[in-house]
Amino acid sequence: MTTDEHNTAGGLRAQLARVSNLDRRWIFLAMGLAVGVPILLKLRFPEVPGPLAIATFNAIEAVPEGSRVLIAFDYDPASEGELQPMANAMLHHCASRKHKMVFIALWPLGKQMADETIKNVLLAFHPQYQYGTDYVQLGYKAGNESVIKMMTTNIPQAFPSDASGKTLSELPLVADLESVQQVELIITFSAGYPGAKEWVQYAKSSYPDDFVLVAGSTGVQANQLFPYYPKQMEGMLAAIKGAAEYEMLVTAKYPVTKDKERFEEGRRRMGPQLVAHLLMIGLILLGNVAMVAGRSRQSRGGQGAVR
Amino acid sequence: MPMPHLTRMPSFKAFFAILLCVAPVATIAVAMPPNPENVTAVDKPGDAGATVLLRWTVPADAGATNARVEQRVTRDGASVAEEWTLVEVVAADAGSGDGFAITDLPPDSASSGSSLPIAFRVALIGSDGEISPFVESSPVVARRNWFMTSRLNLLIVLSIVCGAVVLWILLARAGRSVKIRRIAALEAIDEAVGRATEMGRSVLFVPGIQDMNDIQTVAGVTVLGHVAKTAAEYDAVLEVPTSRSLVMTAARETVQAAHFAAGRPETYDAGRINYITDEQFGYVAYVTGKMVREKPAACFYMGAFYAESLLFAENGNSIGAIQIAGTAEPSQLPFFVAACDYTLIGEEFFAASAYLSGERDQLGSIKGQDLGKFLTGAAIIIGSLLATAASLAPSGSFASASAAYQAFFGG
Amino acid sequence: MLRRTIPIIILSATGTMLVVAYFSPFTLSWGETVLDWFNILAAVAFVLGAGNLLAVNLEKVSSRKAGWAYAAITLLSFAAMFIFGIFKVGAVPNPSAPDVHLAGAYEGLPSAFGWMYEYVLSPLTATMFAMLAFYVASAAFRAFRAKNVEAILLLGTAFIILLGRTAAATLLTGWIPVDSAFAVLRLDNVTTAVTEHVSTAGMRAITIGIALGVAATSLRLLLGIDRSYLSKG
Repeated sequence: MTTDEHNTAGGLRAQLARVSNLDRRWIFLAMGLAVGVPILLKLRFPEVPGPLAIATFNAIEAVPEGSRVLIAFDYDPASEGELQPMANAMLHHCASRKHKMVFIALWPLGKQMADETIKNVLLAFHPQYQYGTDYVQLGYKAGNESVIKMMTTNIPQAFPSDASGKTLSELPLVADLESVQQVELIITFSAGYPGAKEWVQYAKSSYPDDFVLVAGSTGVQANQLFPYYPKQMEGMLAAIKGAAEYEMLVTAKYPVTKDKERFEEGRRRMGPQLVAHLLMIGLILLGNVAMVAGRSRQSRGGQGAVR
Repeated sequence: MPMPHLTRMPSFKAFFAILLCVAPVATIAVAMPPNPENVTAVDKPGDAGATVLLRWTVPADAGATNARVEQRVTRDGASVAEEWTLVEVVAADAGSGDGFAITDLPPDSASSGSSLPIAFRVALIGSDGEISPFVESSPVVARRNWFMTSRLNLLIVLSIVCGAVVLWILLARAGRSVKIRRIAALEAIDEAVGRATEMGRSVLFVPGIQDMNDIQTVAGVTVLGHVAKTAAEYDAVLEVPTSRSLVMTAARETVQAAHFAAGRPETYDAGRINYITDEQFGYVAYVTGKMVREKPAACFYMGAFYAESLLFAENGNSIGAIQIAGTAEPSQLPFFVAACDYTLIGEEFFAASAYLSGERDQLGSIKGQDLGKFLTGAAIIIGSLLATAASLAPSGSFASASAAYQAFFGG
Repeated sequence: MLRRTIPIIILSATGTMLVVAYFSPFTLSWGETVLDWFNILAAVAFVLGAGNLLAVNLEKVSSRKAGWAYAAITLLSFAAMFIFGIFKVGAVPNPSAPDVHLAGAYEGLPSAFGWMYEYVLSPLTATMFAMLAFYVASAAFRAFRAKNVEAILLLGTAFIILLGRTAAATLLTGWIPVDSAFAVLRLDNVTTAVTEHVSTAGMRAITIGIALGVAATSLRLLLGIDRSYLSKG
């Protein structure tokens, strides 16, 4: 190697080593572009439903048509990006199966999330649904897991009235509802605590054969929930990918004719996700190359100093 | 639907055709299944009082496929309702063995929740739908029992784990050596607080975002006591923003106690321990803003954390603070490990208080916890071996042992 | 003396009683009752917290401390939401009592409280959460270094999951037939295997350790061995 070549290689190595101390604002900018550009370009990639999404879809399909279903909105706007597409698709799925739905929220802002979903999906795509007979909004109840425990023994004690103040006895759908064991399916959209884990620990574990439990979970929480699948949770959707796959399954069997975008949110968000993941892989590789370059510079440091 | 080809048939052919159609009906008429035998209803022992076990036997060669189970509430020997109500149509042999468990029995509104005597009756259904006469059981009351036998396994496991901890506490008191491995994160507390003092910057302690009813918050507050004592000794400024009012109160008590213990009660300032907001990301905005503005030299995150873990740790990293985290939220551990200098992982976090106290009793409890872990590991290995043996010989004694083992642990 | 002894007696007695209560149907609901008491206590303590928040921020504003403008915004927001909530400003009338303003629904649109939720709180919360994407990238860049064998394994697993959880799985290995002997090499299958077996096994181990840690900590508190959370006064 000539001296020039050596110097060029050394310079490259030095530049790479400096990358280790890259100002993180460049990383933020790159991530902003990686997410923003695919959104603006409406990038879409093919998705294939995975085993988890199929199991979740089948678990809901297996519940007899017209069953009573409890749906817990255990998230807030922070997790809307991941969980709302699941909520949209699951409500459409349940309504297509003519299930009767009872909504609750263990998170203070969960009730608003449920209200929005009822308005945008249930009533928009299934206008035949009547309040009180086909669906009921019980609202938010403070108390975290104690609410779940109470619902296994005495729902009227946990929710003496619905969100608008009507007593349960005035609402035909829930007039005879004493405990969660009387519903055929429980769905929780879970962003953390309280959420799917608490539904497993305090409801499903005590009454494993009384109802089917299905959870839509954020990606971060999913690993914590895998030990419960499939014995204690018959179905589970993990992160936006789970939502995208499930959307495909639901709309394939129960297509909609208007406002199709409502059930393509998950798939739409998978585009930015792919580019962002590729960027992260690139950043990790860059960081490692910089580390190796830095090491080799250090090992040659003495000689370099002499030159 | 017209059947033109039949109308053109000779009369004897038509006769045979009609005969063939009628023949099955005739067979149905004579194939009624026999009555079920030994119909008994018993209260399920060791339960919360809403389950009855209904048993019956199906006579040999009965040819029954299903059984129809009905119930009727009685009071003082007389039935309350005129009509029998359907419980379920089940497999004909569902009443064998332990019996068919009937749950969700109608509550007794007249006697504050306790169940009424309920009579049951069973009829067998043949493959062709013909149903036998019903056979009635004597009425039974589903009573609440004092102990739930379904939780016996948990009681045994609890006794073993707690027994191991108590045993080691007693052994430690008796003078048995309790050597605990060095936990780097806890050793680094003094270094982190000392660095903050040298730099003339503050120490930030975040006790998680849950309330005092979460054991992680309790564990975090106990670590806070040690950090506050070190800070008081070094005369460092300690800031504790909290997201729950009760945590603020507990933290104030703990920090004040630490200042007393350090012999510096006059340096305690309650104004540095404040309530911010219960709202998760509102709290994050405040704490990260404070980090960026005041640049604390040491940041401690000890308690229950969710999505905010990485937001805290990355901001702390960007200001060059020494960061020590501890949590038992498995989903947040990777973020803390990636962005903090030291992380107490799960059980280490719970051991922190005992480790920092240096008291023999408390150190003994950690050894007891290790014994519990050893027993859990042994139970897992035994279960795995039994399950493997059972899969190799599905009908052998290993299979039944494996099934019993799994049933005990609720598998 | 009393400040330490009485709390320990209350803790030990209540804790032991609730553990025993868990095993009897007659006492099963005691745990729920105690949690209700806690919630009431926490709700009352909320007043204490709100008072502290007001005191701290008022002091900042009055003494013109650095960042007092933020404190003023906090106070204004606090007052606005308090008034919107208490007086149900712009509440939707309740059909069963249309003349009673305070019976109306105030949580959704078009009430002032609902408006603030929909157009202020909701976007702010989502924004804070979305910042995770940026922090995850910078943390990954800094922390994922192949320094030893374990780190290399971690790195490899991260790549598999990062690719497997996106459409890259289909684009890269979708050509492998699902029913072929090589189907296990499809990225989506590898991702599922890593998540369900490797990750779950690790998660179980951590969870078991945590459960034992919780048991030991609870026992130390119940037996009164660990008193560090109590004031020494």
